[in-house]
Amino acid sequence: MPSKKKGLMGKLLRMNARWFLGALVCTLVCVVTDYLSPLIVAETLDRYLGNQESVLPPILLRLMPVLSDRAYIVERLYLVGLLIILINLINGVASYFKGRLQSIAGENVAKYLRDTLYGHIQNLPFSYHAGAETGDLVQRCTSDIDTARRFLAMQLMQVVNAVTMIIVSMTVMLGKSVRLTLISSIMIPGLFLFAFLFFRWVIKAFTASDQAEGRMSTVLQENLTGVRVVRAFGRQQFEIDKFGVRVKDLADKNMKVCKLLAVYWATGDAMSMLQMMITLIAGVYAVISGKITLGVMVIFTTYTGKLLFPIRQLGRILSDAGKSKVALGRIGEILAQPVEPKEKDVSTPPLSGDIVFDRVTFGYDPDHPVLKDCSFTIPAGTTAALLGATGSGKSTIAELLQRLYEPQSGQITIGGTPIQRVERSWLRSHIGLVLQEPFLYSRTIRENVMIARPEATQEEVTQAVRDACAEEFIEASEKGWDTLVGERGVTLSGGQKQRLAIARTILKENDILIFDDSLSAVDTETDAHIRAALKERRRDVTSLIISHRITTLQEADKILVLEDGRIVQEGTHEELIHQPGLYSGIFRIQSAAEDESGKEE
Amino acid sequence: MSSSIQEQDYTQKFSLSLWRRILNHTPQYKPMLVWLMVCMGISAVIDVAFPMMTRYAIDHFIAEKTTEGLPGFIALYALLTLTQVVTIYCFLYLGGKIETGVCYEMRCQGFRKLQELPFSYYDKMPVGYLMSRLTSDSVRLSETVGWSLLDLSWGVVYLILSIAAMLSVDVRLTLLVLLVVPPLGAVSWFFQQRILKAHRGVRKINSQITGSFNEGIMGAKTTKTLVREKENLKEFEALTENMRSTSVRAASLSALYLPIVVSLGSIATAIALWQTGNMALAGALKLGTVMLFINYTVQFFDPIRGIAGTFSEMQSAQAAAERVVSLLETEPGIKDTEEVIERFGDSFHPKKENWPDIRGDIVFDHVDFQYQDGEKVLEDFNLRVRAGETVALVGPTGAGKSTVVNLVCRFYEPTKGEILIDGVDYRERSQLWLQSNLGYVLQEPHLFSGTVMDNIRYSRLDATDEEVMEAARLVSADTFIQRLDKGYQTEVGEGGSRLSTGEKQLISFARALLASPAIFVLDEATSSVDTHTEQVIQQAIEKVLAGRTSFIIAHRLSTVRNADRILVIDGGKIAESGTHQELMSKKGAYWRLYTTQFREEKEQELLGGKENI
Repeated sequence: MPSKKKGLMGKLLRMNARWFLGALVCTLVCVVTDYLSPLIVAETLDRYLGNQESVLPPILLRLMPVLSDRAYIVERLYLVGLLIILINLINGVASYFKGRLQSIAGENVAKYLRDTLYGHIQNLPFSYHAGAETGDLVQRCTSDIDTARRFLAMQLMQVVNAVTMIIVSMTVMLGKSVRLTLISSIMIPGLFLFAFLFFRWVIKAFTASDQAEGRMSTVLQENLTGVRVVRAFGRQQFEIDKFGVRVKDLADKNMKVCKLLAVYWATGDAMSMLQMMITLIAGVYAVISGKITLGVMVIFTTYTGKLLFPIRQLGRILSDAGKSKVALGRIGEILAQPVEPKEKDVSTPPLSGDIVFDRVTFGYDPDHPVLKDCSFTIPAGTTAALLGATGSGKSTIAELLQRLYEPQSGQITIGGTPIQRVERSWLRSHIGLVLQEPFLYSRTIRENVMIARPEATQEEVTQAVRDACAEEFIEASEKGWDTLVGERGVTLSGGQKQRLAIARTILKENDILIFDDSLSAVDTETDAHIRAALKERRRDVTSLIISHRITTLQEADKILVLEDGRIVQEGTHEELIHQPGLYSGIFRIQSAAEDESGKEE
Repeated sequence: MSSSIQEQDYTQKFSLSLWRRILNHTPQYKPMLVWLMVCMGISAVIDVAFPMMTRYAIDHFIAEKTTEGLPGFIALYALLTLTQVVTIYCFLYLGGKIETGVCYEMRCQGFRKLQELPFSYYDKMPVGYLMSRLTSDSVRLSETVGWSLLDLSWGVVYLILSIAAMLSVDVRLTLLVLLVVPPLGAVSWFFQQRILKAHRGVRKINSQITGSFNEGIMGAKTTKTLVREKENLKEFEALTENMRSTSVRAASLSALYLPIVVSLGSIATAIALWQTGNMALAGALKLGTVMLFINYTVQFFDPIRGIAGTFSEMQSAQAAAERVVSLLETEPGIKDTEEVIERFGDSFHPKKENWPDIRGDIVFDHVDFQYQDGEKVLEDFNLRVRAGETVALVGPTGAGKSTVVNLVCRFYEPTKGEILIDGVDYRERSQLWLQSNLGYVLQEPHLFSGTVMDNIRYSRLDATDEEVMEAARLVSADTFIQRLDKGYQTEVGEGGSRLSTGEKQLISFARALLASPAIFVLDEATSSVDTHTEQVIQQAIEKVLAGRTSFIIAHRLSTVRNADRILVIDGGKIAESGTHQELMSKKGAYWRLYTTQFREEKEQELLGGKENI
């Protein structure tokens, strides 16, 4: 795995190399100009005002020869002021581009990671989704990406910045006085180590506070969702006490973090200010004893001051660097999951032929097969109904037909073509599958219905919705077709969702329609309405209806009874009611219900 | 999991009164805030003093080439440093104290308020919204109270003192240097506003992205069956592209702001250098003073940035603050009157000694009820339930069954008419009195994190372990509880997640039974459990109902059949009323409901028998 992590990080850096390089160059310009201003001030003090030796680097004098002409400058001291403004402007431009470029790089990285993850997750086989935890996945897709982005967009350049600053300032200072340089940087390793170690050390306090927050949220959430129980038993005070304990605990833990941070900043500042004092006093001594000039002293004090904060940040960033590695690693783990394999030798045949299951065996866990040597045929253009107890494998048949899973043995053919040879997307888009608990997207009702066929005309959409018996409730809702549903919209009842799902499925072109218990939440009358409308619609469509309702089942051309992974009975309503078995059992209940009510009359 | 909560938009205008209201809710932190500002003032004084020290060092020791008085200088410098370090510690400590304290107070007060607010409030507000008021919103608010004044007071004091220090040296020069302050302020204000807006935009798109991820994951199966992968990705890419460009724009804006103020500030430095330099050349000024001006002007933008930042910070936290304050200031719709509280105490300090005994005779006398959005549910509803009677409510969803029950519990109050308990309008008794005499079992049994024992005892906190177990035995919950790995001490998990629905139901029956209430309300679950558990629950219900006035929103036929009276509720009215036999012979609405139900129950037995538990 580690090579993978490094691979991802390297790839991200390479992809945005020009932005990173641009930001790097700008950072260098920033640091250099930032360190130039104090030199100009020092030169002014020493040479122009004090008539001593120049402190400027020779290269600068060669670039701007006018600076060497003291008499000229002294007459026009505003030139020095203009130079300071100019340097700051260059610094400003560089700093703007640094900010912009590194943000472009960081946001590119974030976009790349988001798109890649989203695309990857969508193309993962369904078996992955069945076992994954939504909360954890979303967490990886959001906060882990953000951690990676922050690292690449800001922290990386901060590290570069700090390192460059150390190099530049050390070079200049060492050129002036080795002794004073040593004195001026005496606290720097300590300061760095302090920041680095401190954040390692207090991680426990941070975690404790996070955990306390989690506990408080739990109490809060349970209270809010259980508000009826609380009121029913008059436990308001009890709840307040319970919550109070958690809030207090969280406040204490947070205060501990605050105190630690106060210690960190105060100690860091103490070390920094001590360093400033040492530099100033040592500088004063050196000037008095004639070892350096006043200007050089100013250089030392300003440079030291500028260096202290980035050093502390460097320590903190390096201390936190592990987090970005972990975040990238977690993202990499998802990307390492294999997606639905690319297909070879597939075709896009018409799917209007007979559907044949030939000795199909499949289990979500191969050791516990759900379907065992399951065989049946649904002739083209007919309607088959499937009846079976919970867990007998009804939905599995639907999932296999859509190639959401692949059988472990046996063969499924449509019109004679094994479905492994049919292009997955072709297969799925020509088989309409309506699930029992359909998912609606967070969009308007209209968009949801049109989602599989955006080019449909208004007429077609209205007809589909009417056939699904959904028109009435759509028009009754406040915003009608523009009502926002799903996670961020209104909550629809199970029956309303099912009807919308039917509408959106029948709107597209289907050769095969599967209703996986998808009318379970609508009442019997509506169910009958919908079925009548569907009959009207589908002429040469092959249908498979999974249901418990005898009224639904009995209309089918053929009824299949699934028990223990096999088809144990098949035939028409008339045939099956005379055979002992699940179907006749269910059928008898109906008469029994009438008996029961008759008996008590 | 992050639910993508998008709440109302942010208010634009800066509102001082809002922050004053917050402080009025947490008056104990006002003095601390004053101390915090004092600390910041001291810190600013010292920050202004350091350049003076440098000036003295240059003009005295260096210019005169003497070390005379250096020990004193060092001592003073060290003292300033020490004071500054102490001040820094103090203001960080105080800021933290205020932040955590205000947050604590907001949460406690908000939680207390939530315990008082009627259910009509909960109907309007999704739990996620309420959660965020006491989590992220409270944090945002208290951060701002704790820290934003810090920059403000430091900035103001620093600016005033450094200007004063420069004025004492040269008035004309100072005024010249101060020319850059107005543009600095204007630029800061301009940028801070824009940056604030840009970041709001980023946050908004960010929550959309989170929502899309959620949808992409939760809707994976549907996406596959509809072959939407490509379209979804395309739409998602449009969203992330929008995020990318918006973020880059926001970051660029921030990246532009700082260089501009720094450059503006450098004009002041340039002026100072030029003017003081000339004066130094003329011998009118010492070099130390030159450095003093340079040191002050180099940092000019800092306090101004701080002051501008404070306002935009407060502005951006305002929406969160408003949400919290509006929760604290919501008036509970259902309140006991002054006289009632006087006599029976409130929900937090009951005067149990004055509580009358309850028999459980309930009368709905011409009751109307409508929700706040105007939806009428009950109209002229009349009903008399004698003490000890069991009434089953049946009828289609939304017909008003739950409303009747909620009115009995006084979760809502009638909009017209009155509800009498033992002949007295229940608004003349305290809410807690009624609730203490009420047992309530929900459709979806709700348990709290904690042990089985804690959960049963929830209804009567002073019950002994023996009493708790007795209640569990009575509803036959004892058997499965004993089988749990730690028996009664087993943790049930968040919301009871470690137990099956049937088990949770049994525990909630035990809980209701332990309270031994005079009035019992049962919202029966529809969820299917296996035949054995079904029977156990049935017996439990019978045990719990015996001898109490009970209202049941019934789904199970056996429960319905055994009721003393069955009410068919439809359209907010009692459509049919009578015993099972009476209603069956009528062959009306009840008969239809019953036969359908009967069939479905039998089918369920045949097909789904192994589900749950």
